[in-house]
Amino acid sequence: MADVELKSFAMNFGPQHPAAHGVLRLVLEMDGEVVERADPHIGLLHRGTEKLIEYKTYLQAVPYFDRLDYVAPMSQEHAFALAVEKLLGIQAPPRAQYIRVLYAEISRILNHLLNVTSMALDVGALTPFLWGFEEREQMMEFYERVSGARLHAAYFRPGGVASDMPAGLAEDIHAYCDRISKVIDDLDNLLTGNRIFKQRTVDIGVVTGEQACDWGFSGPMLRGSGFGWDLRKAQPYDAYADMDFDIPVGRHGDCYDRYLVRVEEMRQSVRIMRQAIEKMPSGPVKVNDRKIAPPPRAQMKRSMEALIHHFKLYTEGYHVPAGETYTVVEAPKGEFGVFLVADGTNRPYRCKIRAPGFAFLQALEFMSKGHMLADVVSIIGSMDIVFGEIDR
Amino acid sequence: MNPVLADLGSHVEAALPGHVIRVELLLGELVVHVRRESISRVLTFLRDDSQCLFKLLVDVCGVDYPDRAERFEVVYNLLSLDHNLRIRVKTTTDEATPVASVVGIFSAAGWWEREAWDLYGIFFSDHPDLRRILTDYGFEGHPLRKDFPLTGYVEVRYDDEQKRVVYEPVKLVQEFRSFDFVSPWEKMTPALPGDEKATRDAHPDRPVGSA
Repeated sequence: MADVELKSFAMNFGPQHPAAHGVLRLVLEMDGEVVERADPHIGLLHRGTEKLIEYKTYLQAVPYFDRLDYVAPMSQEHAFALAVEKLLGIQAPPRAQYIRVLYAEISRILNHLLNVTSMALDVGALTPFLWGFEEREQMMEFYERVSGARLHAAYFRPGGVASDMPAGLAEDIHAYCDRISKVIDDLDNLLTGNRIFKQRTVDIGVVTGEQACDWGFSGPMLRGSGFGWDLRKAQPYDAYADMDFDIPVGRHGDCYDRYLVRVEEMRQSVRIMRQAIEKMPSGPVKVNDRKIAPPPRAQMKRSMEALIHHFKLYTEGYHVPAGETYTVVEAPKGEFGVFLVADGTNRPYRCKIRAPGFAFLQALEFMSKGHMLADVVSIIGSMDIVFGEIDR
Repeated sequence: MNPVLADLGSHVEAALPGHVIRVELLLGELVVHVRRESISRVLTFLRDDSQCLFKLLVDVCGVDYPDRAERFEVVYNLLSLDHNLRIRVKTTTDEATPVASVVGIFSAAGWWEREAWDLYGIFFSDHPDLRRILTDYGFEGHPLRKDFPLTGYVEVRYDDEQKRVVYEPVKLVQEFRSFDFVSPWEKMTPALPGDEKATRDAHPDRPVGSA
């Protein structure tokens, strides 16, 4: 019998594959059904956000952040707003901080609902996806009621938020908390004990704590590997110091643990949302500095100075003193950082966006090595990647 | 400002004489400027020293200052989970001089260095796989350099006759307009001459002359 020589072959996964979660082009070197090498090609959604921001005023840069991780837009704005506030040496008023926390947590649930359910879809469960998207629609309605836009909100601005919450919205969100808790329980019931789901995720894509550090992981990817690390607790920003919540931690670092961490995080987010609404103080929602925050509409009708301020703010914008900062938030996907260099003019000199997904996708090579092709899909699903933020 | 960070700064400076140029605290963030040749040595120290334990490299990026002799700054942001601290390590380089790759110390550096190479043209020596990452296949130039125009040089379109995507020099119906909004008269800064009067007034926002 003649010797059969087995040759590995290259396979293109994506860029238009539904399980690639966007425009990932993955060149896989396969030995039969086993992955030998994975080479992700990214940049198909590159829009030059960082370059564009260098040519815009600080306020004009805010909407670009919605378009990074478009699954949880406000979390990105949060990092930029905090970075600019740090350079300006100002702090948002308490009410604005609570509104930000409330909406950052809504964003977290938005993100995790998409991730958990689409991961389930990738491994063959369609129902959670449909249930989850119904709820996402509900929460995007809250986005719309507060900012006028379902996705690209441009709501968290340096110095506070764009406008106060309309009357009745806080009550509606509070009432909705009960409903979303029920949905999270339903999803939990559908998936957590599901035999097929477990077969596809348990012990797949195991990352040890050491490896997670080496590859610069953060967020649920780091917590899934056994680190109780959460920037909301470790380096609290805005009103997170006043919130009472727990950090779920995984033990095995596999896809299943990361899924469990995300489900529990959604429950904790609901807890934080309730607290934020209950503790929310009244007062202004942006700093009382007309050189940074625009005057109220009514004042502009009467006051010439207010009109001038408004005009100057939306043409020239404010000048940020020279300096640099690396400011981070715990975005739903992990540590989202903005390295902002200001040179004293009205435009950022450099705005580096540190996307958590970039680090995760980089580790795909080592995580998928030796796994079957179908497991690559589970691993990508558990990484929670969105190309808006990776390609920038 | 922060005593823990100040202590750490002097600890790093004392432990690595000749490698560290200077240590500063900016806005409560610790910044260490190091020699280009020492970057691997410093990052290894920061990762392994028991007072540092910066085991996570969270970011590597370039910054372009065309006026300087060595125009690029390479910025490494590190995080220590054990001590809950952050540190920023900086070094400088120019278009021709390579910086040693730190992939051997932090695996995470791989793609970030590729990104800095792609967008700035900062060359990292001994990088296992220094390809472009974010820009198009066959892209020319380094788009985040300050002398690279915002509109770029080429644009793509699908050509119906050739049945493929073709690259053409960028044609703009209207020239890109970079408005200079900075007025020479009044800066939008909090400190303006005459501002001290506002604090004396009970209604600082009330316009002058209104009742």
